[in-house]
Amino acid sequence: MALIRDFALQGAQMLLVLLLSPLLTGFVRKVKARLLRRQGPPLLQPYRDLIRLMRKDVVLATSASWLFRVIPYIIFAGTWVAASLVPTFRSGLLFSWSADLIAIIALLGSARFFQALAGLDVGTSFGGIGSSREVMIASLAEPAMLMIVFTLALVAGSTQLSSMAAYMVSGEEGLRVSLGLALLAMIMVAIAENARIPIDNPATHLELTMVHEAMVLEYSGRHLALIDLSSELKLLLYISVIGCLFAPWGIAGPDATPRAIAIGLAVYVTKLAVGGFLLAVFETAIAKMRVFRVPAFLGAALMLGLLATLLLFVSRSL
Amino acid sequence: MMVVYALYGVAALVVLAPIAIAFSASPRGTSVVYGASLMITLTLGMIALLSLFGYSDQSSTVTLPLGLPWLGAHFRIDALAAFFLVVVNLGGASASLFALGYGRHEHSPQRVLPFYPAYLAAMNLVVMADDAFSFLVSWEFMSLTSWALVIAHHRIRENVRAGYIYLLMASFGTLALLLAFGLLAGADGNYAFDAMRASHPSAALAALVLVLTIVGAGSKAGVVPLHAWLPLAHPAAPSHVSALMSGVMTKVAVYGLVRIVFDLLGPPDWWWSMAVLAVGGITAVMGVLYALMQHDLKRLLAYHTVENIGIIYIGLGLALAFKAYDMQLAAALALTAGLFHVFNHSVFKSLLFFGAGAVLNSTGERDMEHLGGLIHRMPQTAFVFLVGCVAISALPPLNGFVSEWLTFQAILLSPQLPAWGLKFLVPAVGALLALSAALAAACFVKAFGVSFLGRARTPAAAQAQETDSNSLAAMYFLAALCLVAGILPGFFIDALAPVTKSLVGVSMPHQAGVEWLSIVPIAESRSSYNGLLVFIFVVLSGSVAAFAIHRLASDKLRRAPAWDCGYPDPSTATQYTASSFAQPIRRVYGATVFRAREIGEMPAPGAMAPARLTVELHDLIWDAAYAPIAGFIGYAADRLNVLQFLTIRRYLTLVFTALVLLLLVLAIWP
Repeated sequence: MALIRDFALQGAQMLLVLLLSPLLTGFVRKVKARLLRRQGPPLLQPYRDLIRLMRKDVVLATSASWLFRVIPYIIFAGTWVAASLVPTFRSGLLFSWSADLIAIIALLGSARFFQALAGLDVGTSFGGIGSSREVMIASLAEPAMLMIVFTLALVAGSTQLSSMAAYMVSGEEGLRVSLGLALLAMIMVAIAENARIPIDNPATHLELTMVHEAMVLEYSGRHLALIDLSSELKLLLYISVIGCLFAPWGIAGPDATPRAIAIGLAVYVTKLAVGGFLLAVFETAIAKMRVFRVPAFLGAALMLGLLATLLLFVSRSL
Repeated sequence: MMVVYALYGVAALVVLAPIAIAFSASPRGTSVVYGASLMITLTLGMIALLSLFGYSDQSSTVTLPLGLPWLGAHFRIDALAAFFLVVVNLGGASASLFALGYGRHEHSPQRVLPFYPAYLAAMNLVVMADDAFSFLVSWEFMSLTSWALVIAHHRIRENVRAGYIYLLMASFGTLALLLAFGLLAGADGNYAFDAMRASHPSAALAALVLVLTIVGAGSKAGVVPLHAWLPLAHPAAPSHVSALMSGVMTKVAVYGLVRIVFDLLGPPDWWWSMAVLAVGGITAVMGVLYALMQHDLKRLLAYHTVENIGIIYIGLGLALAFKAYDMQLAAALALTAGLFHVFNHSVFKSLLFFGAGAVLNSTGERDMEHLGGLIHRMPQTAFVFLVGCVAISALPPLNGFVSEWLTFQAILLSPQLPAWGLKFLVPAVGALLALSAALAAACFVKAFGVSFLGRARTPAAAQAQETDSNSLAAMYFLAALCLVAGILPGFFIDALAPVTKSLVGVSMPHQAGVEWLSIVPIAESRSSYNGLLVFIFVVLSGSVAAFAIHRLASDKLRRAPAWDCGYPDPSTATQYTASSFAQPIRRVYGATVFRAREIGEMPAPGAMAPARLTVELHDLIWDAAYAPIAGFIGYAADRLNVLQFLTIRRYLTLVFTALVLLLLVLAIWP
């Protein structure tokens, strides 16, 4: 019985992240539009876009290979699995121990690896420019993220997200400089990973500074829908991870009552809304960077992460 | 008993070498030699597996009346040797299988066939040797046979240069090892490993041995800055030999380090680990940065070997640090991570070199700028090469990720180390490791994307043919191994248990019994990873998505010209190339590491001259370390050259002066 309930909860989480992620993107777009005193598209527009794309034919470039057609499914599967392993409304889900935070980051890395390959597959210069810049950004963002994981793991004594969240909510640690540095670095990495302003602009198509949109330029129809859905999932994933590590309140425990789970759900949706709102405000307030300023931005995140880890290593013996 | 059977196998390989000379002229020689090598290495691999799993008395030794008369030649298979024998013979068997197909295209088989089995025999002998004399003789034998294979295509100028540099560096490395063993043997000159194990050298002596070992074994493994020969020599050999050199011989060099430092040298000092860790961290990042700048597919792979050796050294260095402070479980974890990466790297690097060989065979090109679009012409090779790329980039659910994950877990245990030097070094090394993993992924997007994806850049690439079935079988076998080691790592970790037990006293907890077959490193790290479940989840959710979309939405597909923002250019030259792909990374890292400069030449408006972009890269290590030494030797040789053209009178004076001087030295000597 308990096993069935665990399965159901795990399945519920998978569906939840899948269904909520377009809403989150719609919400961020809406808030941005309102901040610019525009009306903005309706909240549910991302769902409509996805459905419309799903129904359309795929127009495939003549030079595209079989890999090009498989990659959207790989990206989607990798991102979806990663997103469903993050504790959102309830910790200690059935399969949450099958991948720790390092593995979740690496799963997203796999998705990105294939996305960059897709950019090169058709053999156009736009795809190439997107891929080459994406791997340059990733070459700094991934180590920065791993240093953040190191910091958090050293504080919490585990790389397992459920245990980390449980430790953080217990309040044993109190405020630490390292955690502050890690939070700052993590926000910088999350912005870069999700191709948001100031690293990349999710709203443009024909701009030479673009990265993510250039890679997916040749995709259409259901393939494009899957890739868009994956980016929406990724945004939700990063906000969930930040929420579960730095604002771990309200997450229902492993043996929670339905009431606690309902509270967990409500708190989780609130966290997403707050995260999305802050992101929209930040994006409205800042201008896009030149692409070769990005290394300095992410290098700072890497150094912050390294500093946070070093502080922990040194303070352990004091 | 196992060691005797293994020696019979090695003897068979040695005998095969002269037979190969006789056969090499006949068209069937290739099949005979590689078929026989395949059989023998498979047998040797089985023997090694049996020894590893403890089906024989592990410390069984045998002494042959060869070598130094008062010493004899000792051979022994213990757990460590058995593990490395598995690696050597797995690589040997898959290379032989690959060569059954690949070797048929060899222009001059008589330059490859005789040395190939001898080379395999030499690598086996190094691992089995149980005294310094047989170790060094086998080591030199391994260097020489591989050198002969490197210059197999000696009409290509750069191969000869590669062979020359390789020979110099190999001799230098052996010299360092010779001195290390000499110091270990002590004044009594007992060269048997048993005697060395029993005697504990003083701290200063041990330090000297450690440095000499890192230099000697490290130069063969290719640690920075002793790597200069590796990216020249490994690609020069025929591809199956490149795979052996990169995938297996560098592991034999790692074996040399592990044998001396963990086994013979006695209990470690804490600062030893600092040396190994620093070398490992620098090697990992430099190797991958060099690799990113290459556009020769095989040379790129060779530089990646340098990177992976760095990763292995990081694992070994952590194990040394934990061992020095008696944190045995953590040491077992770090050592398992390092050794698992040894196995993993031998598998995927062989696979990638086979893929590069298949491409070379069917297009005649190693330069990625002349390839492209091979996925259409060689779909199967492309698929297995892609598996190798994902594995080496340390991405889940394949095997490269597991060993790096274990290394990260070991790093997370290191704050408990009391030494202050390590407290600063280990996080820095962790950052370097993370950086090298991310850069490796970038590099393999480039390697696969530029060679296999896009549109064909030359007619040769456009007319490529799928490779033969033997080569494909070898590659599929290794690709399957990458997946199995990635999703069921517990069994492989358990197989390493006897090795860690013999070297650090304990082994990691038994993994195969953990529920759902996940891996749980050790109690302190409180983490787990389950490659199998992750793999199943990804496959399931991907297929569910595909099924649902095709069923409920649309499954229609139209072919049309590429969109490319409305300006598609039919010329294949408009695609991204290897150098243009690496340009952003070159701008970020290259300015400091390679003093990279881009010089753009724009013709004046109206002029018909083409615009040019020249990129200048400097190999700073070569300029700083190798060029001055080479310059000095050249200078000294020029000066000494005068001595060749003396009159008889002057020669006699010279001889007389030398004699007087030597006698004086003898007289003054205490």
